[in-house]
Amino acid sequence: MTAAEAARRVATHPVQALGRSALAAVRLVGAVGVFAVRGIIAALTPVWFVSQLRRQIVAIGFFSLPVVGLTAVFTGAALALNIFTGGGRFNAEQVMPQIVALGITRELGPVLAALMLAGRVSAAIAAEIGAMRATEQIDAMRTLSTDPFRYLVAPRLLAAVLTLPLLTAVADIIGIAGGWLVATRVLEFNPTVYVRNTINFLESWDIVSGLIKAAVFGFIVALMGCYHGYNASGGARGVGRATTHAVVSSAILIFASDYLLTTLFTHMS
Amino acid sequence: MTSAVPKLAWKGVTKQFGDRKVLDQLDLSVAPGRSLVIIGGSGQGKSVTIKAALGLLRPEAGAIELDGKNIVGLSEGQRRKLFSRVGVLFQGAALFDSLTIWENVAFRLINADGVSRRKARERAIEALEQVRLSADVADRFPSELSGGMQKRVGLARAVVAQPEILFFDEPTTGLDPITAAAINQLISDQVRRLGSTAVSITHDLASAQTIGDEIAMLHDGRIIWRGPASELATTDNPYVRQFVEGRAEGPISHTA
Repeated sequence: MTAAEAARRVATHPVQALGRSALAAVRLVGAVGVFAVRGIIAALTPVWFVSQLRRQIVAIGFFSLPVVGLTAVFTGAALALNIFTGGGRFNAEQVMPQIVALGITRELGPVLAALMLAGRVSAAIAAEIGAMRATEQIDAMRTLSTDPFRYLVAPRLLAAVLTLPLLTAVADIIGIAGGWLVATRVLEFNPTVYVRNTINFLESWDIVSGLIKAAVFGFIVALMGCYHGYNASGGARGVGRATTHAVVSSAILIFASDYLLTTLFTHMS
Repeated sequence: MTSAVPKLAWKGVTKQFGDRKVLDQLDLSVAPGRSLVIIGGSGQGKSVTIKAALGLLRPEAGAIELDGKNIVGLSEGQRRKLFSRVGVLFQGAALFDSLTIWENVAFRLINADGVSRRKARERAIEALEQVRLSADVADRFPSELSGGMQKRVGLARAVVAQPEILFFDEPTTGLDPITAAAINQLISDQVRRLGSTAVSITHDLASAQTIGDEIAMLHDGRIIWRGPASELATTDNPYVRQFVEGRAEGPISHTA
């Protein structure tokens, strides 16, 4: 069906179109759910392909440090300026370090690190696994008595869940440092006082809750990359489509789960 | 093992994609140690026949029996065990492009059979020699090899664990005639050396006659002719004649 035909269908049979997309959505959620469960089982039970896990930790974690670090430093700096301006409206400029620290550790550190990972890693995973699907490498792997869920999916899921919290910890530190740089170089805050205020203010839960978020986001990023790559069809175009879907769906799910987790954490404390 | 029980048999296998019946109650079997080649036009269900036997596709109806036991609907674990007796050469060779040549050949040994890397490498190099590739390709990557060499590596990977049954999916597609002849020769040498049962699909008649003891022709999801390889040239079956002579006119209407 061409796009034009599809558009005409929607116009002439709106109820049918609604039903079809509702069914498709249910099917998709089911398929992703089954895929996720298979991935989790493969990740948590032997056999583990340790060399693959090591490779993915380096690819997903280590090589994401530059993008995550750069994003964090600029965000921290911009955040500091904005909060300084906002705080100035009711003479509360001096709480800027605390608000920056809270904003970074609870929210922006994990979310931005995850979004960077969605762009960098989810796309790369979808493209790689999608190309393997298109060239029958996944079928070949199965005929070589090796479960693609254990060899391909599980190492990526584990690597992302393990490394995104670490990347977030780095993003937290660099983000706060970005705020500190602006505060001390541009806004004439006292460097020592800034650091002391930040440390005294932050509770361990501020940091830990952000790291828990990061682990969930890591799972989402790797899952979306693997799912869309594994189910890619239709050659080069299919791989392109899989990559786009992986990035878009990771980003949306990151924001949605961020809200849910924040709600949950607020009720807990 | 009695010859009464075929090594591999498709019994009433039906596979549908949407409204299109690709396999329509397909009945086919191959005796132990024999080499069967399935010929037929594009889109007649050749690939699906092999993929169903490998469990990569699940048929809607019918049974596929290995040594007399149905293998449709096996669990992943049982299927994995079964695959240790099977070798497959895929159409595009399907080498893992992130691994070196020897790691490709030794993939099953390292990842499924728990053979040490050192031992696996030795066996991989032996297998490469079997397909006339020298040990110095071992540390190169698939993208550095020509199509014909990739096919050889694929063949080495298929035979390295000495399978009981070998599948060849369009082994000569995309190769020049001389390279194709070399691959055909290697395939028939390896099948003979291992004494394996072989199932191949191809639309290359030279290939079919070199590697097949028997030939079956698939049309519209059914076997419409079957006979010894030598009879392919002499049969008066109109479908086979049209296919062998490559005529556009005949009982087979071309849909391309």
